[in-house]
Amino acid sequence: MMATVLSDQGPSNEKASQHDASQQNGSVEAVVVRFAGDSGDGMQLTGGQFTLSTALAGNDLATFPDFPAEIRAPQGTLFGVSAFQINFGSSEITTAGDAPDVLVAMNPAALKTNVQALKPGGLIVIDTGEFNKRNLEKAKYEANPVEDGSLAKWDVLAFDISALTLEAVKPFGLGNKEALRCKNMWTLGLALWMFDRDRQPLVDWLKAKFAKNPVLADANIAALNAGHAYGETAELAGPLRKLHIDPVPSEPGLYRTITGAEAVSLGLVAGAQLAGLPMFFGGYPITPASAILHNLVKMKEFGVTTFQAEDEIAAICAAIGASYAGHLGVTSSSGPGIALKGEAMGLAIMTELPLVIVNSQRGGPSTGLPTKTEQSDLYQAVYGRNGDAPMPVIAACSPADAFECAIEACRIATSFMTPVILLTDGYIGNASEPWKVPDPATFTPFPVAFLEDSNDPEGKVLPFRRDERGVRPWIKPGTPGLMHRIGGIEKAVDTGNIDYAPNVHQAQTDARKAKIDGVAKAIPAQQVCLGNATGKLVVVGWGSTFGPIHQAVRRARKKGQDVSHIHVRHVWPLPENLGALLKGFEHVLVPEMNTGQFKTVLRDQFLIDAVPLAKTSGQPFAIAELEQAIGRFFDGIPENEGGEVPVNESQLPAPEIEQP
Amino acid sequence: MNDMTPIATTLKDWETDQEVRWCPGCGDYAILKAVQRTLPMVGADPKNTVFVSGIGCSSRFPYYIESYGFHTIHGRAPAFATGIKLANPDLDVWLVTGDGDGMSIGGNHTMHVLRRNVNCQIMLFNNEIYGLTKGQYSPTSRIGTSSPTSPIGSVDRPALPCAFALGAGARFVARGYDVSKDLPEVLKAAYEHQGAAFVEIFQNCIVYNKDRFDDFVAKAVAADNQIWVRQGEPLLFAKETKGLALDMDTLSLKVVDVVDGDWQAAGVAVHNVRNRGLAHMLVEMPFGPFPMALGVIYDDPAPTFESAVIEERAKLVAGKTADLGKLLGKGQTWTVAEKPEAG
Repeated sequence: MMATVLSDQGPSNEKASQHDASQQNGSVEAVVVRFAGDSGDGMQLTGGQFTLSTALAGNDLATFPDFPAEIRAPQGTLFGVSAFQINFGSSEITTAGDAPDVLVAMNPAALKTNVQALKPGGLIVIDTGEFNKRNLEKAKYEANPVEDGSLAKWDVLAFDISALTLEAVKPFGLGNKEALRCKNMWTLGLALWMFDRDRQPLVDWLKAKFAKNPVLADANIAALNAGHAYGETAELAGPLRKLHIDPVPSEPGLYRTITGAEAVSLGLVAGAQLAGLPMFFGGYPITPASAILHNLVKMKEFGVTTFQAEDEIAAICAAIGASYAGHLGVTSSSGPGIALKGEAMGLAIMTELPLVIVNSQRGGPSTGLPTKTEQSDLYQAVYGRNGDAPMPVIAACSPADAFECAIEACRIATSFMTPVILLTDGYIGNASEPWKVPDPATFTPFPVAFLEDSNDPEGKVLPFRRDERGVRPWIKPGTPGLMHRIGGIEKAVDTGNIDYAPNVHQAQTDARKAKIDGVAKAIPAQQVCLGNATGKLVVVGWGSTFGPIHQAVRRARKKGQDVSHIHVRHVWPLPENLGALLKGFEHVLVPEMNTGQFKTVLRDQFLIDAVPLAKTSGQPFAIAELEQAIGRFFDGIPENEGGEVPVNESQLPAPEIEQP
Repeated sequence: MNDMTPIATTLKDWETDQEVRWCPGCGDYAILKAVQRTLPMVGADPKNTVFVSGIGCSSRFPYYIESYGFHTIHGRAPAFATGIKLANPDLDVWLVTGDGDGMSIGGNHTMHVLRRNVNCQIMLFNNEIYGLTKGQYSPTSRIGTSSPTSPIGSVDRPALPCAFALGAGARFVARGYDVSKDLPEVLKAAYEHQGAAFVEIFQNCIVYNKDRFDDFVAKAVAADNQIWVRQGEPLLFAKETKGLALDMDTLSLKVVDVVDGDWQAAGVAVHNVRNRGLAHMLVEMPFGPFPMALGVIYDDPAPTFESAVIEERAKLVAGKTADLGKLLGKGQTWTVAEKPEAG
């Protein structure tokens, strides 16, 4: 019953050299593994647990989960494939990796949609139990790829994981369907063996997860052990081999893995605590932002009130209402929902109330690519409101960074009485990375002081009297003697009474702008994160492109190219020294997962010839793509810099395959 | 907690120094006075009172009440009010909206604030027209209403705000009109109701829909064409010469004549504010064959949204302490020692 099919092709020269290069000194520096299967196969779970075991083994890592928009896509179909990629290794990892070294394909559809991504000479693990006529047809294979030689450029390890799993869990008396659900644990067991990972944390996790159903826990553990034992004992020559990756020397301390959505939630809670305020979160379900609401519901002991509103508009309006009443109002969404919130953001700007708006960007316009990533809402964040409506914008570069950015958003919102947009994206939201758990004692509090007594020599209340930074006082309803009215109509200086005289609108427009411009004085100066402060080329990024840009610049510098990396967190207002810094370089390249939005902002603000590098396929940049783009500044060929990165067939998310 | 003891105020205490900017003769002036009369009646405290409005003529209201006030955006006042009440349930929140603001652009929010039962008073000024935007027909305009956007008369069927409110699950529904001397009594009942209290106030738009409600508001016809419903009292009108009785064949209301004040003999029904079925019939009976039902039509309190949220929170946080350090380090963690262990 063990239908093991090994690659019958001898290793080509290409394969051999690949292995030589990657396995010097008996260990590899970094490995990219992709798990792919039907969306019902538990691939995200498998990937998540592999991530954890990898982190526990002391490797640095980055992950990329990719799943279909459909909740239960038809089984076995090409568009129902769910995949999870992890890049782990013994040096600092900042991206989910370009092309995988190992692909675990749980069915023909998973193989078809992912195999082109695999490095030549890479390893494919296949469950032949699923490679039956019906599934091959669903995946539109005319012949079985395991048998027809079409996988010759890779190492193939094909055996009946389904049957092996059924065998392993037989003693537990599960039904066929339930028993087959343990397949992902069997596969995980094998993967753990291949990369020399400890099983114990997984065993503990399974016991906790199935505490109410110990039989399921035992069956899953048995499958995990069986997969591991298969690797250990199977007398297999060829591709199945154990790899060891040295741990990364990292700062001592307590670590956990964290996704961007978790980091934003924790950062918001920490931010509200540092401001000394209860937090009110108004949300409406939308992919990929819902996870934040899910998380915060479980954190109510920190003075968090959550409100699932009837729509995106009500979510932000309720948050503004709560801010008005003295809470820190927060709302979150993705592009289409942010569009709906636009008018209310204008009101928060006009009434000068603190508010944090989190945008987990996805591909657009309209419904666009709900489960894929893009950073194309920058114009929307910076400019996307009626009237002159300035608002600070912060962008997180990684899951861990999202924690600090959320705190920063709370700080700016409360200390400047303004709404603040925090940009993350689908990639940051879902991806996970190891995070050194910070000690709250190291955070700097920014306590809020409400106005309690009259701020007017005549004893009245002046809700729009500004301080030296142009900031108005925050007055809670319920405060004796300070009754006043606020609203969206233009208002007189100091009193806030309705007044739309020409000089008043001029003065208030200027005051609102000056206040937000002044935020630049309260943020850190821009640093160069890699390379020199002047030179031939600087690559400027924002948001989740940090990882690939950083790696590409590092590689280019190793080649001797004079290139630096600047990563901008404060997208609006920009750091005060950024213009001068950029002018110290001959060329400025701005790679973005959009058609060049930040490039426009930089050109406008600093009159510099920023060159865009656009990628709009819903896929993050691959390091190699950026390396090439950097290289074009050093190849002596004129006028070939920047432009558009073509669709990358070898990357996650896998290109959509025609639906039946 | 704010001090909730009733505060002694006068009508004057609720007036602001702002110049009122409604058209001369607008029904809003009368409603403003009625509210300023009601607030001292109920012992409201200006510092704990918040008027929240959307956009429209009616929504200028907060500027004219000496309390806290928030003039928000078109149709969304219920959402702001919900946030305010969840953040501070001790505040007295009044919503001021209109037929365009509350039934058209904000219809969704009106529905949800009612079904959630947020403890606030919702005053919907119904003038059956868009006033501030210069006279277009509104969702409550009767078929055939001529306006700049319906030159030969509007063709869409009007919404019935009180029926909408009941349909959305409102636990308090009442009706009044701008110049009615009984409006403060209705508003007082709304204030005293714990939960979302919906009050439709017919309001005369002197410029774009003048005297639209004269068929029951005008002095000459008021007695015959209005029925003021009161808890425990028979449903009588036309100086007690007519009443509303239940037609058992059609299970609907019918108008019956009352002879010599013997309403029992005529089978006139007694008003019960907790009878939801009766409330539906009273708000939906067609005007013309029937009088216009006014007063507190339905009043059957249920737990408020805020109290339910507070209760839910208590359950969720039971036994938990707010330890940020612990929260950050939750889940599966590992420790990296001072010197990384050899792999």
